[in-house]
Amino acid sequence: MKELTIISGKGGTGKTSVVASFAALAKNKVLADADVDAADLHLILAPEIRHEEDFMGGRTARINLEACTECGECLERCQFDAISPDFVVNRIDCEGCGVCVHFCPVEAIDFAQNICGKWYISETRLGPMVHAKLGIAEENSGLLVSLVRNQARVLAEDRGFDTIIVDGPPGIGCPVIASITGASAVLVVTEPTLSGLHDLERVGGLAAHFKIPTLACVNKFDLNEEISDQIANFCARNHIELVGRIPYDTAVTYAMVAGKSIVEFSDGKVSGAIKEIWHRLEHFLKD
Amino acid sequence: MIICIASGKGGTGKTTIATNLAVSLNGNVQLLDCDVEEPNAHLFMKPEIDHTETVTTPVPEVDLGKCDFCGKCGEICQFSAITVIGEKVLTFPELCHSCKGCMMVCPREAISEKGRALGVLERGTSGSVEFIHGRLRIGEAMSPPLITRVKEHIDPKKTSIIDAPPGTSCPVIVALKGSHFSILVTEPTPFGLNDLKLAVGAVRTLEIPLGIIINRCDVGDDRVARYAEQEGIPILMEIPDDRKIAEAYSRGIMVVDVKPEMRGRFRALYERITELVG
Repeated sequence: MKELTIISGKGGTGKTSVVASFAALAKNKVLADADVDAADLHLILAPEIRHEEDFMGGRTARINLEACTECGECLERCQFDAISPDFVVNRIDCEGCGVCVHFCPVEAIDFAQNICGKWYISETRLGPMVHAKLGIAEENSGLLVSLVRNQARVLAEDRGFDTIIVDGPPGIGCPVIASITGASAVLVVTEPTLSGLHDLERVGGLAAHFKIPTLACVNKFDLNEEISDQIANFCARNHIELVGRIPYDTAVTYAMVAGKSIVEFSDGKVSGAIKEIWHRLEHFLKD
Repeated sequence: MIICIASGKGGTGKTTIATNLAVSLNGNVQLLDCDVEEPNAHLFMKPEIDHTETVTTPVPEVDLGKCDFCGKCGEICQFSAITVIGEKVLTFPELCHSCKGCMMVCPREAISEKGRALGVLERGTSGSVEFIHGRLRIGEAMSPPLITRVKEHIDPKKTSIIDAPPGTSCPVIVALKGSHFSILVTEPTPFGLNDLKLAVGAVRTLEIPLGIIINRCDVGDDRVARYAEQEGIPILMEIPDDRKIAEAYSRGIMVVDVKPEMRGRFRALYERITELVG
């Protein structure tokens, strides 16, 4: 089984548009949207949900005020300032550590598991897809990302497919780590800006830290060819294989508005560049 | 006043708005880059850093001489960061949330604190703007505690502008918390609209007043504007797609330096927010 995760460090470089195109080009694959707190892939793939389940995340303390003696033990021990002076737990601040629950002398604190979101198995015109929706202001996005990836793997095995394509989140923190650990390779979609380069350096460092083979492509490379070259140099020095440069074209936005991937929408220069990148990725994943 | 610039979707122009707003106001401003996973504001502000510190979070260190392997630490830990197996105590500091439960519950006081590095915090100035940012250590999963540390530098006597991370989960919530106003920067595309709705949900959960800036307002469709009207959310500013701005951005140059007339628009934006906050 080969699993390719697409990440970017910086947000808004075009990860999801690239993934949607790969979805149209790849055969025998399962798609997974691991950007669980701002998922967008479904806007292009229009999934028909076949299976839906609650995502059970962490726990939250809730003080039963009738049983509470207001001794203040919980207030004193909470490291997250999540309990108000009148003994109400702030759901957003509560880390779910259970320290207050353990130390309450009158057992007045409940500690129920939360429904933190939902996850889905769907069919799309471009193949099966596993995706999720983290509840607003919920925690445990890393856990949900791991769940989505595991379900994608089970689904691929069921169908006898050999490839999983994962649309990852931006950044380098918890959900990104959860979306790349153990992947066959990561593709970083970057852009020719100082921010894009800076963020590629950090996310490339993260992939190296976890010893995951890393490839990169420059989206909208012609917006600044000088920085595109700097990115190419950075990649060459850091064992990152640059698999392509995608030109800027407003057709990408028109495709998005039409609910299509760019390779389905037009046969222009962007589609050509992405097809070439996918061709190289297929070879890379085979080896 | 604390103004937090957030977005849901990444790459819509949060940092552009945050940095240009900061330099357009006449002093008494601080900019806090809370996108600690991928901080970029410094590329534009080019601050002189005069203070750097490593930020740590407490994790357990077990004194095996005192430990009697009772296992209470492993029972209280919700994050599988400490566990006792036979006469061994395994700790996984990267999973620890620093609740100190293990230290509190240990009957033999065998567990003490050591620090796990979350990243660095840097402070300095850029012109008349005070600049603070955090940089998450590569490989570190938890950004919220570092964001909290950056926000400890908020000076209530100043206008504080926070550049938030993308998304709608915990790091964004931590960046938003305590703000007096939130600007959500979006673009008029299906992805922009979808993520804007999620971000509006997050900001409303925190009961923070908000407004929208539509960046590259002429590239997509009018669904963002229609949504804002339906929801009664003010559109504070619309910035057309402009090659000159994109080009400047790519080189780390501020919008107000290539389009000085934008300074007035950013000042008007601040005035508008002041009115909305009341």
